[in-house]
Amino acid sequence: MNAAAPLLEVEGLEVEFSTRQGTARVLDGVALSLEPGRTLGIVGESGCGKSMTALSIMRLVPEPPGRIGAGAVRLNGEDLLQASEKRMREVRGKDISMIFQEPMTSLNPVYSIGDQIAETVRLHEGLSRRESLEWAIEMLKAVHIPAAERRVREFPHQMSGGMRQRVMIAMALACRPSVLIADEPTTALDVTVQAQVFDLLKELQEKTGTAIVLISHDMGAIAEMADRVMVMYAGRIVEEAATEEILESPRHPYTRGLIACVPHMEEKPPPERAALTEIPGVVPALTDIGAGCAFAPRCARATDLCRRAAPPSFETGEDRRTACWLYGEAGAA
Amino acid sequence: MTEPRKTAPGSGPGTVRIERPAVEFLRMYARNWAAVAGFLVFSTIVFAALFAPLILAVDPFEMVWMPFTPPGQDGYVFGTDNLGRDMLTAIVYGARATLVVGASAAALTIVIGLTIGSLAGYYRGWVDEVLMRITEFFQVLPPLLLAMVLVALFSPTLPTVAIAIGVVTWTGVARLARAEFMRIRELEFVKAARSIGSRDRRIIWRVILPNALPPLIVNAALTVGIAILFEAALSFLGLSDPNVMSWGKLIGDNRDYLLDAPWTVTIPGVAIFLTVLAVSLIGDGLNDAFNPRLRER
Repeated sequence: MNAAAPLLEVEGLEVEFSTRQGTARVLDGVALSLEPGRTLGIVGESGCGKSMTALSIMRLVPEPPGRIGAGAVRLNGEDLLQASEKRMREVRGKDISMIFQEPMTSLNPVYSIGDQIAETVRLHEGLSRRESLEWAIEMLKAVHIPAAERRVREFPHQMSGGMRQRVMIAMALACRPSVLIADEPTTALDVTVQAQVFDLLKELQEKTGTAIVLISHDMGAIAEMADRVMVMYAGRIVEEAATEEILESPRHPYTRGLIACVPHMEEKPPPERAALTEIPGVVPALTDIGAGCAFAPRCARATDLCRRAAPPSFETGEDRRTACWLYGEAGAA
Repeated sequence: MTEPRKTAPGSGPGTVRIERPAVEFLRMYARNWAAVAGFLVFSTIVFAALFAPLILAVDPFEMVWMPFTPPGQDGYVFGTDNLGRDMLTAIVYGARATLVVGASAAALTIVIGLTIGSLAGYYRGWVDEVLMRITEFFQVLPPLLLAMVLVALFSPTLPTVAIAIGVVTWTGVARLARAEFMRIRELEFVKAARSIGSRDRRIIWRVILPNALPPLIVNAALTVGIAILFEAALSFLGLSDPNVMSWGKLIGDNRDYLLDAPWTVTIPGVAIFLTVLAVSLIGDGLNDAFNPRLRER
């Protein structure tokens, strides 16, 4: 699998926000690579930089106050950070598209859903109104919306949350993009609908070979969808590995904490899991991260070294990296 | 968002009753009887302004009978004024000038206010700063005085009057449009529009504007009323085209005879009052029809 050329490659991405409290580095050295047809999961608590990574790939970081400081985002070898705004408008929606967290507000209330799906193809393929509406009906069928011919004329307020998220997916996939970024696509939906949306995404991925970047704070969702997982904390990638490996043998203390937080459904939970665990403390303000590891204040195993210097990424297995001093030359757990 | 779905209780999923937005809009408007009355009065005035001059076929400036003939006497429904001109003809011709100036001044107000407000609210930053300082500059000037100066500086013709009124009344629309754009630009569907590759121009006019329209349309109706009052005030002061009959001019010409021939002043006064009231009621009805909270009752 690693022989395949990466479709999307991000390297050393740095994003800063200037606030009244000072400059916050919201992304620090983020790197990822994604092959066609694969799914990459990004997990972490709120404010750890997941969504900012997505917005940076699309180059939709609000500037000012934000600024992409350094790095590269390569799509099929083309660096999107160097591309013109005009070129980016071609890329958005056609090569990379995005679905958002809130299906209730991510559709425009004054246009019919058909018009909104058709909009994407009209912008990028130059189809006529009639052709694009026919295409919209096809897309609605593809996301399994019943009576597509009738519903294409309906407005967002006439649909349920799950239906709207299907419409969003139809909109995002209308031009058959090679990368789909799903930013918490199911967080606002109830559990049964979540499963339907994931099934739909998998089915469409098999059909079209779209690569998916799935952003979520829900380990369960990631376990279901992703091939590889990246764990982010305070704007940095702290651990990266294949999904099974992360779930079975998490290395970074933060990853361990995240996995311990997931409620288990075993019939007789082992005593140490009887109560739900939590990670003490909160994500630090990004303006006052010192020289040390950002997770050190919350980490039970932090040492003086952790508080003094931020750990680099260590190879901790085949195609697996962990940014923690415990796995450095000295530590080897 | 918590819009209840319109499902009749006990009905299956296939029988969701959906009204077309236009039908629903009309139904909500019709529930406000004052707004319906306003609409009827206003359309009567417009109708009279359009067609009555064709039937009357008299020059409103021509002396037709003895001055100060009281209303109803000798077949003059509204009587005659100080120069023996037929008041009915004057009112009907005056309606034309008043409506044309009122409507075009309101249109100009909307165009200027919407352009400035939407750009300021969408781009924020220094664009917002510059445009809002300009808006504040116009806000602190006394509007009637500025309009008088503008008309006095340029020729007193109908277009000048309309432009002058537009120039002094657009600030409210600008602030309203700015507020709406600032609110809507943060909503997720704007981000979604950007993520499919829409450019700023498209996002401003096709994505945000339709969502910002309801309060702006209500405001536009009220602006027509304000523009009509301004026009009346300017013509009353003699700052309007002397060759065009208008209601304000009628009042201005006859103001010295208020006690001897009160109808010469009150009839055009009532005409202005009715028109502005009708327009305001229409604005009120539009507000009800657009307001989704009233809609669900």
